[in-house]
Amino acid sequence: MILKQRIILLTLLIIMVLTAIISLGLGAFNIPTKEVFIALANKIGLSQNTNADEMYADVLFAIRMPRVLLGMLVGAALGISGAAIQGIFRNPLAEPGLIGISAGASLFAVLIIAFETLLFVGLSELLGYYLLAFGAFAGAGLTAFAVYQISKKNGHPNITTMLLAGIAINALAGALTGLMTYMATEQQLRTITFWMLGSLGGATWENLGAIFPFILLPLACLPFFGKALNAFALGEDQAALLGINTDYTKRWVVLFSTLAVGASVAVSGIIGFIGLLVPHTVRLLGGVDYRYVLIGSMLLGAMILTLADVLSRTFVAPIELPIGVITALLGTPVFLYILIKENK
Amino acid sequence: MLRIEQLSYEIKGHRVLKDISLQVRKGEVVALLGANGAGKSTLMRLISGELKPTSGSIMLLDKRIDKYDGKTLARSRAMLSQQHAINMAYTVKELVIMGRYPHFQSSPSTRDWKIVEETMAICGITDFADRVYLSLSGGEQQRVQLARVLSQLWDNPDALLLLDEPISALDLHYQQKVLSIAKNLSRLGFMVLVILHDVNMASLYADRIIMLKNGRKWLDGTPNEVLNSKNIYTIFSVESLINIDNHSLKPHIIFKEMRVDPQFFNIQTIKTYVDKK
Repeated sequence: MILKQRIILLTLLIIMVLTAIISLGLGAFNIPTKEVFIALANKIGLSQNTNADEMYADVLFAIRMPRVLLGMLVGAALGISGAAIQGIFRNPLAEPGLIGISAGASLFAVLIIAFETLLFVGLSELLGYYLLAFGAFAGAGLTAFAVYQISKKNGHPNITTMLLAGIAINALAGALTGLMTYMATEQQLRTITFWMLGSLGGATWENLGAIFPFILLPLACLPFFGKALNAFALGEDQAALLGINTDYTKRWVVLFSTLAVGASVAVSGIIGFIGLLVPHTVRLLGGVDYRYVLIGSMLLGAMILTLADVLSRTFVAPIELPIGVITALLGTPVFLYILIKENK
Repeated sequence: MLRIEQLSYEIKGHRVLKDISLQVRKGEVVALLGANGAGKSTLMRLISGELKPTSGSIMLLDKRIDKYDGKTLARSRAMLSQQHAINMAYTVKELVIMGRYPHFQSSPSTRDWKIVEETMAICGITDFADRVYLSLSGGEQQRVQLARVLSQLWDNPDALLLLDEPISALDLHYQQKVLSIAKNLSRLGFMVLVILHDVNMASLYADRIIMLKNGRKWLDGTPNEVLNSKNIYTIFSVESLINIDNHSLKPHIIFKEMRVDPQFFNIQTIKTYVDKK
């Protein structure tokens, strides 16, 4: 990693933290930034300011903070998984959806929404509110596992086959989802649509705690694949000649990405475009070395999703816009602008 | 030493390589010659571990290559391939340092960077170290790849260097230079196995020439032993005259003009195509 890339990463980190702190104050109920700092300082015991407004602190810790943290976790997960999947597919257009994660999650989520009262009564009593999240996570894992298994050729996962199997499984899951949607009632349709547009509205400390390990593990481990993914860019055979264990790399990158994206989708629905846009923007900022791109995508993903969520809850407050709409609506023009500027 | 014994390779019932046995000793440049489809690249890919042999064994430094762990093998064997599939905007320096990947954990040492500088200098690419690889010409890209492969082995004179048509994209100067680098490395102790199409280059730079035909080893000997008109006709189906160069005392091959059967260029047939337009 060169100095310029280190500086960019440090800058991204600082901006990300600032974005998070400022966004804590923004929403249908505004908290002045000064009060945010006071409440935070009180909480961690840096000061004992007795003048602090109790209501600010309540909103901050019960509602805002889990939501902002969830946004950061999900954004970081989507960003870094996007970069890692692009690395093993050796294709800047790849994204985690390619191996069926999102399609599988959607299928299972729709299945549960449409048939909860008919088929999943037992499960519903056991898992209660978490049934949908659990189903989406299981769906993501199952489809990714199926794609991975189908892609094996003489016992080794083959990237081209994985791509084709991913497309096929995506189509199949899409068709089944369509079928479920067709059979769903009006009310269920509305739930399905909102789930598919994504939202961080369900953020609670309990939710956050449930997905934290599933996202933290990939966030901590994927950056160590930087060298291997750089070598993959030379071609898989060349990577092997450089002493990289290619099967190990493919297995763990797919597993970690599935964990991260599966957990994200489970709590926040489908949030598109982050996995594609963020790594590309990071590359345009400072180069293509994966040791930099992976960490950069994690930071920028966290930042962009935090910002998008601020917009989603302030734009037409108190109504919330689906965050998936915001990321695509604002992300695409910015992305196109960068692309056009780059080509000139 | 690289020691290959009774190596065969089959794909979908088709035997691409048949019972190949050969050796490459320390300090030797061995050129692999043969017509298209003779099995040269397949042999190279078997030695590189990219393909698994159907039968037979490949020993490097008295150990079967499939018994090595990936990193140790990467420090004692490197290969320059014909094709490169890079589609991301890596800079030249970023690519060359990848040759040092088997040697460092997370970040390269000063020694790694020094080796990268030396190999970039010898391949004549120092001036574009910070340029994006994809913006370079084909020949320049080939030299970047060579620098990467050389950095991989630079500090291990016991290593094996495999070069698959290293000079096909290069201009006259660099064709000579790359083979001269290979020869100099061999004099330090490296084993070099190189696929060439230019028999005169093979004559000039190789210590030994192995010729393949239809997946079998046909000939194995010094340039003076194997390069004669009869052998060249057997392998390539072209006619030639051999001179012995006064300075190097090595064979120099002069090819006769080839005449393709004129029936392929029947003017009457071509005319009918023109008329139909």
